[in-house]
Amino acid sequence: MSAADRSPLRVVLAKLGLDGHDRGLKVVARILRDAGMEVVYLGLRQTTDTVVAAVEQEDADVVGISMHNAGHLVLAPRIVGALADAGLEVPVVIGGIVPDDDRLVLADAGVVGVLGPGASAEEVATCVRDAAASRGRG
Amino acid sequence: MTDGREFTTMSGIPVNAVYGGDPLPGEFPYTRGIHPGMYRDRLWTMRMFAGFGTAEDTNRRFKELLQAGGTGLSTAFDMPTLMGNDSDDEWSIGEVGRAGVAIDTLDDMADLFAGIDLDRVSTSMTINGPAPILLAMYVAVAEANGVERARLSGTLQNDILKEYQAQKEYIFPPRPSVRLVSDVVRFTTTEMPLWNPISISGYHIREAGSTAAHELAFTLANGFAYVEAAMAAGLDVDAFAPRLSFFFNSHSDFFEEVGKFRAARRIWARWMRDRYGALDERSLKLRFHTQTAGVSLTAQQPEINIARVALQALAGVLGGTQSLHTDSHDEALALPTEDAARIALRTQQIVAHETGVTNVADPLGGSDYVEWMTDEMERRAEEVFAHLDDLGDGSILEGVYLGIDNGFFVGEIADAAYRFERQVNRGQRIVVGVNAHNDGDDHRSGLLRIDQDTEDLQLKRLAEVKQDRSDEAVDTALEQLVADASDPDVNLMPAIIDAVVARATEGEVVHALEGVFGTYVEEPVV
Repeated sequence: MSAADRSPLRVVLAKLGLDGHDRGLKVVARILRDAGMEVVYLGLRQTTDTVVAAVEQEDADVVGISMHNAGHLVLAPRIVGALADAGLEVPVVIGGIVPDDDRLVLADAGVVGVLGPGASAEEVATCVRDAAASRGRG
Repeated sequence: MTDGREFTTMSGIPVNAVYGGDPLPGEFPYTRGIHPGMYRDRLWTMRMFAGFGTAEDTNRRFKELLQAGGTGLSTAFDMPTLMGNDSDDEWSIGEVGRAGVAIDTLDDMADLFAGIDLDRVSTSMTINGPAPILLAMYVAVAEANGVERARLSGTLQNDILKEYQAQKEYIFPPRPSVRLVSDVVRFTTTEMPLWNPISISGYHIREAGSTAAHELAFTLANGFAYVEAAMAAGLDVDAFAPRLSFFFNSHSDFFEEVGKFRAARRIWARWMRDRYGALDERSLKLRFHTQTAGVSLTAQQPEINIARVALQALAGVLGGTQSLHTDSHDEALALPTEDAARIALRTQQIVAHETGVTNVADPLGGSDYVEWMTDEMERRAEEVFAHLDDLGDGSILEGVYLGIDNGFFVGEIADAAYRFERQVNRGQRIVVGVNAHNDGDDHRSGLLRIDQDTEDLQLKRLAEVKQDRSDEAVDTALEQLVADASDPDVNLMPAIIDAVVARATEGEVVHALEGVFGTYVEEPVV
């Protein structure tokens, strides 16, 4: 599908697990809205199940997960796996505190993009657009 | 303050304890400080926040910090502990021991403080939703070691209102949570006279993105709310107010921060005297802990964070703080390594011992700019108090509840966070290393890693405790707790202490209370 057929991009944003740091995700939500995307903001304390359900229901193009709890190596592969198990080929972008060495591990686990501290609004929007494009959307 | 000791500059010039006029430091409304001699008489407590992995891991770090000259302990708990989940809870997977220390049972608490004299060290515990449970464990560990609860000194954060506003580590809905806060206040007021039962915290409000003025206003409003709640629970204001303490952020705009700290003292003194009828001078004196702004630290060129921290620490000291945590330069990337934590401690030791700023109380007082900034901070905070007072129909406590319900706090904070991001993004605000001067070494070496072994170890540990305890004793204790929780007039601390001594886990105590109080779910708002 081309961009003209299907826009704007629809992005599900969530905090997975117990981590309550939602400043970054809220800022990202507004950045993506300003960039013309539709944001489905699930907020705090989401599980792989609630995220997968939202992605399915909202027909999302991209999933953005924010993590400041150092649990990304465990939780990020779980969400990628859960989406795949549900037959949803939706790319996952992780934002938050992710040490450099872990980026490769996350990429191997199927995470399409990682946004770290200090990412500009342009970088955020581009990362999400590229993620969508990687699956032929956007 | 003039006791014969001579204080001189590095060049030998004698300096007075204070310059300028009324009101002097130590005099109402304490704008210039709560003690006449300030740091001449007593330096701030160098209290470094630490916690990771298992209780043994953190116990080792505590001992290193005390060895390095730290003068108080401050405990960081992992997310499951902060949220009242046991390590073996489905929700805890991947988060055990990662962002703080994992505490499930009394045995973990005993390991955490093993070999540390609890009657000689003051301990701060950053815990809110489950605060009464962790306090109960601390009391039980101390008493098992022969230290009476009345001799324990320290601070429980126990500031639940800012959780709904900013940090989001809530468990129960606001009203029963405030009942728990008041129970702790009543308990420590009678049984633990050296304990600070609440650390009313602006830190997290600021980290979540608020302005300095809103950090000040929301924090003090929460303070007024707790005063109203404790008075409604039957306590005399002067019985508990002297033990209330505060916790502020020291961010990068130097004079704004100094003005904020000075305004905080003045506002508290006036409100406590005029609105709440406090007569004891100690009730009027706002004592506070300061932490440098974690959110200001950059992942880019992380070493330059050392300079940011030094300047923020200086602002806290010139603002008259009673204790200080300096952030480690690697904290935008991970929990601090031991080396980074030591550099952070050394940074405040340089401020304390080399700069000479401790010689004179409130050395910025009298500057037209600083005095104006102080007045301006107060004026902006008073606008918020008027709004909340109006919302609550004459009750700040009710106003705060309603502001939580109607999204006032989270909305203001998110708006400010976005405004700041826009400014940085447009280059209207420079963040060195991020949107300017960003050619440099971003190499990040030697981060503290918490591996999966921690979680496995902790799960094994928890299983052993559950194996060794009497489930019947646990059930009996939890039944008593549920019965007590159903009666709003009963203080829950004794039943919680009994439960943790019987080796009820943190999660079991929380679940028992959730059965009575319910669980809070936030309405997501962007």
